Amino acid sequence: MSILHYNGGCVVAMKGKNCVAVATDLRFGVQGQTIATDFERVFELGPHLYIGLPGLATDTQTVYQRLQFRIKMYEMREGRKLKPQTLMAMVQNLLYERRFGPYFVEPVIAGLNATTKEPYICALDLIGCATEPADFVVSGTCSESLYGMCETTWREDMEPDDLFECISQSLVNAFDRDALSGWGAVVHVIEHDKVTTRYLKCRQD
Amino acid sequence: MEGMDEITDKKDNTSNPFQLYMPLLPKSECQVGEFLVDENGRKLRLNFAHGTTTLGFKFKGGVIMAVDSRATSGQYIGSQNVKKIIEINPYLLGTMAGGAADCTYWERVLARECRLYELRNRERISVAAASKLLANMVYQYKGYGLSMGVMISGWDKKGPGLYYVDSDGNRMAGNVFSVGSGSINAYGVMDTGYSWDLTDTQARELGRKAIYHATHRDAYSGGIVRVYQITKEGWTKISEEDSKNLHYQYEEEKKKKKPTTTSS
Repeated sequence: MSILHYNGGCVVAMKGKNCVAVATDLRFGVQGQTIATDFERVFELGPHLYIGLPGLATDTQTVYQRLQFRIKMYEMREGRKLKPQTLMAMVQNLLYERRFGPYFVEPVIAGLNATTKEPYICALDLIGCATEPADFVVSGTCSESLYGMCETTWREDMEPDDLFECISQSLVNAFDRDALSGWGAVVHVIEHDKVTTRYLKCRQD
Repeated sequence: MEGMDEITDKKDNTSNPFQLYMPLLPKSECQVGEFLVDENGRKLRLNFAHGTTTLGFKFKGGVIMAVDSRATSGQYIGSQNVKKIIEINPYLLGTMAGGAADCTYWERVLARECRLYELRNRERISVAAASKLLANMVYQYKGYGLSMGVMISGWDKKGPGLYYVDSDGNRMAGNVFSVGSGSINAYGVMDTGYSWDLTDTQARELGRKAIYHATHRDAYSGGIVRVYQITKEGWTKISEEDSKNLHYQYEEEKKKKKPTTTSS
């Protein structure tokens, strides 16, 4: 088993019509043993900006903390909030710095551009290679199942309510086929005037 | 019948279940799991249903057998509704842990042997004898990579019987057993609640609770919690409940209990 699968967990993000959604499970385990079921790995980094950090839990926390530091430094120096694309570049930089001894996280970024309200999603591998697809991104231990679910359920220009339903069903049904993720889920639906966070009732086995 | 002989392959296992094709290699190189290799050259886990929780215990009301229903291959969940309790005959039950194919095949052969015993001796086979038949069968294949950890339970002249048999050749009688990746968790619950003098309802609830807690903590156990009881009338299916429903049911009960415990 790869070290990326040591603690379990997964993240998915989707684009909708003038909105984006990002969702994650809540399991923190050590291989087969479930330690906690309230481990959030999606973090708010700005008013319309979220990052999911599935992978090795220790690196989830380290990368999040180092990222917070860099963002604060950026915002002080520049005197403005950062754009999703800027965050992506920052994460790329942070991860590639450890090219020969990487952090074992594969981040997912979801957000809205503060000025243009343009939806943005992207996924990076553990050394900072980014992809910016037009539909959805997945990452974590059940990424194969997530791809299967997202490929079939995702539609263009979904309204926030439909997007919530789509991402929730995709995530829950994907991780119900994975032993290492599940035990609860959080969904954030990001619109330009509000963010809705919901906790889903899930199987606990 | 002569024609039949020509058609059927005499080497196959349709007439004699012990006649399995053997690998054309010395025994030391025959660990079946070692042959299968994935595209990255990693050894492939052959054993479907490797992760499991099963338990059985004797008490004054007979034997309780309880199991989960998840089958995994690696981290992938292949099925959530496997029947891990095998009904050998109306008085004998076997549980399944390890290789699913190994368990189903050999417990089916065991069922045949038990029926033959009945016909030959005009009485039912004892649990001790049945478990020994299985132990002897799998011992013949020791070193060939069979993987099974089973419990054989039933009711015979001596009363309730419970045996643990595995593919290493172990066979032992006992009052409390749990087998599988979730067995550590199940033992924890069982050891806190177990007593010989449990009532039927208490014993069934203990078995159910132990399996539920194992499904919750162990990633490789889950699905449906099945509970069986064996009395002198033979086995009865007590319940089959989704572990999701059990979780929220137990959570409700915990909430109801809380105010009384804090006030006292």
